Amino acid sequence: MNRPLRLLPLLAPLLLLAGCDGAGVQSVLDPAGPQADRIDIVWRLMLWVCGAFYLMVLGFLAVAVLRHRRRRRAEGEPPEPHPGREGGLRAALAGWVGLIALGLLTLIAASYVVDRRLAHASGKQGLNVQVTAHQWWWEVEYLDEDPSKRFKTANELRLPAGVPVRIELRSSDVIHSFWVPNLHGKLDLIPGRANEIHLIPERTGRFRGQCAEFCGLQHAHMAFDVTVEERGAFEAWRAHQVTTAAEPATELARKGREHFETSHCAMCHAIRGTKAAGSVAPDLTHLAGRATIAAGALPNTRGNLAAWIADPQGIKPGSRMPFIGLEPDELDALTAYLETLR
Amino acid sequence: MSVAAAHPLSHGGPEEPRRDGPDLPEAETHARLERTWGTAATFWGWLTTVDHKLVGRRYIVTGFAFFLLAGLMGLAMRLQLATPESGLISPDRYNQIFSMHGTTMMFLFAVPIGEAVAVYLIPLMVGTRNIAFPRLNAFSYWVYLSGGVMIHVAFVMDVGPETGWFSYVPLAGPEYSPGKRTDFWAQMITFTEVSALAVAVEIIATVFKMRAPGMSLNRMPLFVWAMLVTSFMVVFAMPAVMLASSFLISDRLVSTHFFNPAEGGDALLWQHLFWFFGHPEVYIIFIPALGMVSAITETFCRRPVFGYAAMVLALVTIGFLGFGLWVHHMFATGLPRLGHSFFTAASMLIAIPSGIQIFCWIATMFGGRPRFDTPLLFVAGFIVVFVLGGLTGVMLASVPLDLQLHDSYFVVAHLHYVLIGGAVFPLFGAFYFWFPKITGRMLDERLGRWNFWLLAVGFNVAFFPMHWLGLIGMPRRVYTYPEGLGWEVWNQVSTAGALMVAAGVALFLLNVALSLRAGRPAGPDPWGAPSLEWATASPPPSYNFAHIPVVASRTPLWDAPGGLPVMSGLKVDERELLLTTLHDARPDLREPSPEPSIWPLVAALAVTVLFVGSIFSAWAVVWGSVPVAAALVLWFWPKGGHRGNEVEQ
Repeated sequence: MNRPLRLLPLLAPLLLLAGCDGAGVQSVLDPAGPQADRIDIVWRLMLWVCGAFYLMVLGFLAVAVLRHRRRRRAEGEPPEPHPGREGGLRAALAGWVGLIALGLLTLIAASYVVDRRLAHASGKQGLNVQVTAHQWWWEVEYLDEDPSKRFKTANELRLPAGVPVRIELRSSDVIHSFWVPNLHGKLDLIPGRANEIHLIPERTGRFRGQCAEFCGLQHAHMAFDVTVEERGAFEAWRAHQVTTAAEPATELARKGREHFETSHCAMCHAIRGTKAAGSVAPDLTHLAGRATIAAGALPNTRGNLAAWIADPQGIKPGSRMPFIGLEPDELDALTAYLETLR
Repeated sequence: MSVAAAHPLSHGGPEEPRRDGPDLPEAETHARLERTWGTAATFWGWLTTVDHKLVGRRYIVTGFAFFLLAGLMGLAMRLQLATPESGLISPDRYNQIFSMHGTTMMFLFAVPIGEAVAVYLIPLMVGTRNIAFPRLNAFSYWVYLSGGVMIHVAFVMDVGPETGWFSYVPLAGPEYSPGKRTDFWAQMITFTEVSALAVAVEIIATVFKMRAPGMSLNRMPLFVWAMLVTSFMVVFAMPAVMLASSFLISDRLVSTHFFNPAEGGDALLWQHLFWFFGHPEVYIIFIPALGMVSAITETFCRRPVFGYAAMVLALVTIGFLGFGLWVHHMFATGLPRLGHSFFTAASMLIAIPSGIQIFCWIATMFGGRPRFDTPLLFVAGFIVVFVLGGLTGVMLASVPLDLQLHDSYFVVAHLHYVLIGGAVFPLFGAFYFWFPKITGRMLDERLGRWNFWLLAVGFNVAFFPMHWLGLIGMPRRVYTYPEGLGWEVWNQVSTAGALMVAAGVALFLLNVALSLRAGRPAGPDPWGAPSLEWATASPPPSYNFAHIPVVASRTPLWDAPGGLPVMSGLKVDERELLLTTLHDARPDLREPSPEPSIWPLVAALAVTVLFVGSIFSAWAVVWGSVPVAAALVLWFWPKGGHRGNEVEQ
């Protein structure tokens, strides 16, 4: 959180009170890559230029008000319908317009140059990811020329530091918007259109993205986790993601898998390596490796997982995950199995 | 008021109808005019009146009532957002509340209230007896009321809109918004379109053809200029949203596929059409307020506004530029980048005319002798708040920065600084300024100051932290948010500010109630103001002026301290108006003005049946048009008799 300190002159009172722990993982002001960084430069330029203009206006207003402070006007004082030429004020107005024009030119130029630079990132080869938005979760597919290296995950995006990423953005239903403020600005996912966002994550760390276009009932609970890690760690993760789900080791987990394959779960969800091959809900092959569940609604703990399966409509009302009505032992087995999906 | 010797409109022959002038004693003139123009104090009179002041007052009260309702919804949202993962309001209800808040504020308060104030003031300011097309005016009010009541009844019955005031498709389309909720929204748009367009036409006609003799275009008060520009913007902007909402309701009702990409439609078409209206709408809301600010500044600084010509040109420029910015609402949709740059430049350009106006108001204070009564306090508050909102607007016009800030709480802060700072602060100033004219009683000055400071401080406490919330990642239109992202404190502060704003508004209501009971009588011109509405009694008589005033400058009341010169010769036993030429306002024609009529109300009810019926069945458009046609035929049934007359020179 050191970057916001540069805003101290204007935002000091805010910062003094801000509780900062946990903050910054979804922040415009804490860039972790060149795209967000360049936008941050525009922001700072804007802040100073606009701040200067604001101070000029306030200053002029203060002078205009305080100038007459000594003589408080009596009620009913006769008006002055025809003031003189006021050449000084006219000149000042002309100067003011010139100053505004100059300020605007600076800002338009800066904005244009940065916009061009952002477009440059699209020329570079690197990682290809396709993100498809659904009401209210994110389907993430890592593309590869070799089909055996492709895989799907949900509500998580892992990226290698320093590698250019091309993310193809699609929507399966309504308009959503992909926004990871620490990496880049947002871009909409529009049904019937394909958008592309290009970014280069540089600083490793955990960040958070969230849908930024109102998309219905659970727009508030449509987040995803972003992890930027060293290339080696990323490749290891990627290699593991391609694999199918591990064979459950315990009797309870086996019961859970059987239940998953034979009940409602498999109609929507897929777990590669099992009979479950539904495609309208998140792929759960490596569910246990994700930090959160239900598109960022809850931390991924066994308790939360059980609570979510038992009562999805209580946790995320309107969610497409239906209430199933499981017996306690079925729920226990199911959670035990899902816990094994590392 | 002295009567000029000139008497150009009358022959004075015995067979001629009675006209105002030296031949007719003053008391007799007033009595006859009151008989001709007055509204009977009966329920029937109340339903049939076409007096612009009664209709305007109704418009203002109704618009303000919608402001209070939408404000309460805003407060409900703030209470929900005060704590993370709050269960106070369910997501479904919250989405309806935020949709209704935006819809009501934009369509039922902000646009109509500017037009409402104009309906009341413009005929007085230009010195005529009634607004042009007064029956259309009454009709527009009833249509507006029906639309507003309909959407609120729907909301109470849990079929309020749920997809935001912008209703983006496909979320608002038949597949993702089943039921009737969005249909009610789309029809509410139709209601407000009809009424806004009607008022715009009336104002343009009134301003162009009914100005007092001598009030050439370059002598019009700035509020009149502002309303003229606003009305033209309404005429050009409303058809776009009319098209959009008709497409939407056709998609929903009769399965057209304008917005369905699977059938060759396009989801972005909606956004283009909506924002081609939606961005000018911001200026439709804000330009009337600029006129109010000019009127207040001028009066309380005891001098004309500095740079009249620059002010007028700035208004007109904003009116044109306002139509070239809509894509800055769509930078994140992935449209071609080169086009974006044009919209960046156009959006930033607005800062020039706005900057000119801000300069001129402050220069007026600088060069005048300002006295900070409540109305001028609101003007000062307007400058401080609005300029900040304008500057964040410049930030949002930059494509790269907008990609970060778009649809975040930063935009929520920006739009409230612009709309509350730019329109609501001036409106409160205008209430304090013109309330004595409308009611004949002064509002209390001490309560007014408390009112101002509570609103000003409360507003900034509520909305300034939202800039910060947006920068640290909080998106808009979320019914709740998780803990641990640093958003809790600022949401709490914001809620506290919202409560202060509510207290300020409550104080205003108290002030109004006290004044109506026992306010100090105002007299015709309590502030020593320069424009014509202050030349008549407070509240003004039904006929506005006994004799039509003659104007020789921009500040007529200041230049004729002994009383305005007037023109006489209009009939006193029939409703008659003076029409003047467009540019120089030379007397041109005498024109009859309509009598009260029940048909505007009947026609509005018939239109309501058609619009509401069509939510449930497309056939309502067919059978519903029969009563509408019948009402219109009876409304326009020729009665024979009067025609306009040339003025003999």
